[in-house]
Amino acid sequence: MINHERQPYLSLRDSMMNLFKAGSSREVFWALQDVSVDVMPGDTVGIIGKNGAGKSTLLKILSKITPPTSGRIVGRGRIASLLEVGTGFHPELSGRENIFMNGSILGMKRVEILRNFDAIVDFAGVETFIDTPLKHYSSGMQLRLAFAVAAFLENEILIIDEVLAVGDAEFQKKCMGKMDDVSKSGRTILFVSHNMGSIAQLCKTGVLLANGRTQTIGKIDHVIRTYSELVNKDSSAGFHAVNRSGLGSVTVTDIVLNKNPIPAGERMVFEFHLSDAVKPANMHLDFRLDNFLGEKCIWISNKLLPQDTGSADTRIVRFELPRLNLNTGFYNLTYCLFKNGNVEDTAENCLSFEVIDNNFYENWSFPPREQSNILTEFETYYH
Amino acid sequence: MCCEYDFHTYRKGNDMEFEIKPQRQFSLGLKELWEYRELFYFFTWRDVKVKYKQTALGFLWAIFQPLVMTLLFTLSIGKLIYGNVPLPLPYPVFVLSGFLLWNIFSGGLSNAGNSMVSNSGIIKKIYFPRLIVPASSILVSLVDFFMAFLVFVPVLYYYGCSFKITALFLVPLSLLLSVTATFGLGTFLAALNVKYRDFRYVLPFFIQALLFATPVIYPVKVSGNTWFQYLLQLNPMNAPIELFRSSVSGEAISLYSVVSSTAVSLLLFVIGIIYFRKTEGYFADLA
Repeated sequence: MINHERQPYLSLRDSMMNLFKAGSSREVFWALQDVSVDVMPGDTVGIIGKNGAGKSTLLKILSKITPPTSGRIVGRGRIASLLEVGTGFHPELSGRENIFMNGSILGMKRVEILRNFDAIVDFAGVETFIDTPLKHYSSGMQLRLAFAVAAFLENEILIIDEVLAVGDAEFQKKCMGKMDDVSKSGRTILFVSHNMGSIAQLCKTGVLLANGRTQTIGKIDHVIRTYSELVNKDSSAGFHAVNRSGLGSVTVTDIVLNKNPIPAGERMVFEFHLSDAVKPANMHLDFRLDNFLGEKCIWISNKLLPQDTGSADTRIVRFELPRLNLNTGFYNLTYCLFKNGNVEDTAENCLSFEVIDNNFYENWSFPPREQSNILTEFETYYH
Repeated sequence: MCCEYDFHTYRKGNDMEFEIKPQRQFSLGLKELWEYRELFYFFTWRDVKVKYKQTALGFLWAIFQPLVMTLLFTLSIGKLIYGNVPLPLPYPVFVLSGFLLWNIFSGGLSNAGNSMVSNSGIIKKIYFPRLIVPASSILVSLVDFFMAFLVFVPVLYYYGCSFKITALFLVPLSLLLSVTATFGLGTFLAALNVKYRDFRYVLPFFIQALLFATPVIYPVKVSGNTWFQYLLQLNPMNAPIELFRSSVSGEAISLYSVVSSTAVSLLLFVIGIIYFRKTEGYFADLA
């Protein structure tokens, strides 16, 4: 139930005012409805869906943080939810004290923490600083320590929400490796992420939520494919940069494609419209195309080519690919715009397009999609 | 998916089995609290450790606060009361004993009142019985009491007083009553503060005003009006303070005074816990 005039938190005055206000607009909103899923011991289940589909609500109910309005969940085993690494860390406490505190908050028993203590410290690599207050740790060390504690949870059911979205690439790899070990040890994992790559790597089955209902349940590849079709259908409107960052003195206002969907092998044009005129010599614009699993396929930058030191101010940058060499499927564009070496504007997955009717090799054949994202010209000789 | 397993082949009644469903019946959740006793211990331990971190004097603050208050009140209104109202104890001992218990209440109340909001990060992310949070923050002020108690004993002997044998019973009883009063009002305010942040501003005034409605710096007999005395004795902190003083002075306490104050204290305890339990399901959304 939501009240449309509700503030993040109430004040007494608001409550009193509402008593006298007749018919303030109320409407029933079901964040989740008709969601019925069986998860077997040892399953690793990826829960995917767009923002607002109800993923986080489902996890909140599963981890008992929010009680359900109706329905029920029956399970066996202890649930631990890793909704964010480092929850409950206190900067004034030492690393040793924080391991106990954090472990206990995550639901570990004292004996379990004691048993795994050395392994946790070792995994995090913080032996020398174990009795130093946490506030003197680097952010990387804090992160490693937090993940190390969580990695040694002995609970039968783990709920993981986007925790791996932090840290550098190397650390993420380490986390994924550890998660792989955990899932192989026969425990049940429920994993929510927007990173289709890590979901595909970790999970065997998937649940696709859309508007609070289960849309598809099944093999992870199939579910991810359905999801990417769903996303692309909605975002066919074109350029939509949601989470931009950068200084912002010059931004990308639009990216125009010559065709969408586009047949492979055809000429493809990416036209970047800028908010302000920039000299090409001072500007660096790069973009990357990722497939629906989030795997990086092609990276293109104006700096890759010999520099044209044209001094004329420019507002439109056009990249032309004479023969588009991407396999059929959905792709997302991520760009980054630099001026004088500073990041001015960057946004991830801000444009999707579909590659269809692959006639790159001019005989309508193309490599299996799971084998290759890109197409390359080659010749075969028989001797 | 994966239909090769049949869920119902698992034996029911295993203690690892759990069920999450809408809560309809009211329960105190004592069993669950017991299961989470280690977390309760860790919360209290953390709050005690953190409280005086990065202070030069550390735990001495727990001792200084009541001592300084005692000094201030002895110098200011001590003489006024001394001449006019019969006191069972020398005034400094009288005030210090009052402040020792009052600080459990005031410290506990302000900690508990803000506890749900200051721990909102954890509350939004992890489930545990929410009562642990205000409860552990109240226990922290009990630790302060024991620190200050170490100084109270020498002060007592300096003024030629000592604990009577009844103290063995009266001191724990007064502590129990203080914690009950603090716990009831503390959980109530903690729950209210989650929903209405007004209480963050109300709390300091409330505590300060309550100090003057509690016989900490003056005895109940300061008023000649019997009805006013009865009213003062309804204060939930009245009974613990009088019982504690009686363990030194040996003075008899009126039954009305103890029973009425304890009854109010228990009433607050019940209201506080019921309100807290009824609203805690939505703390994660509001905190």
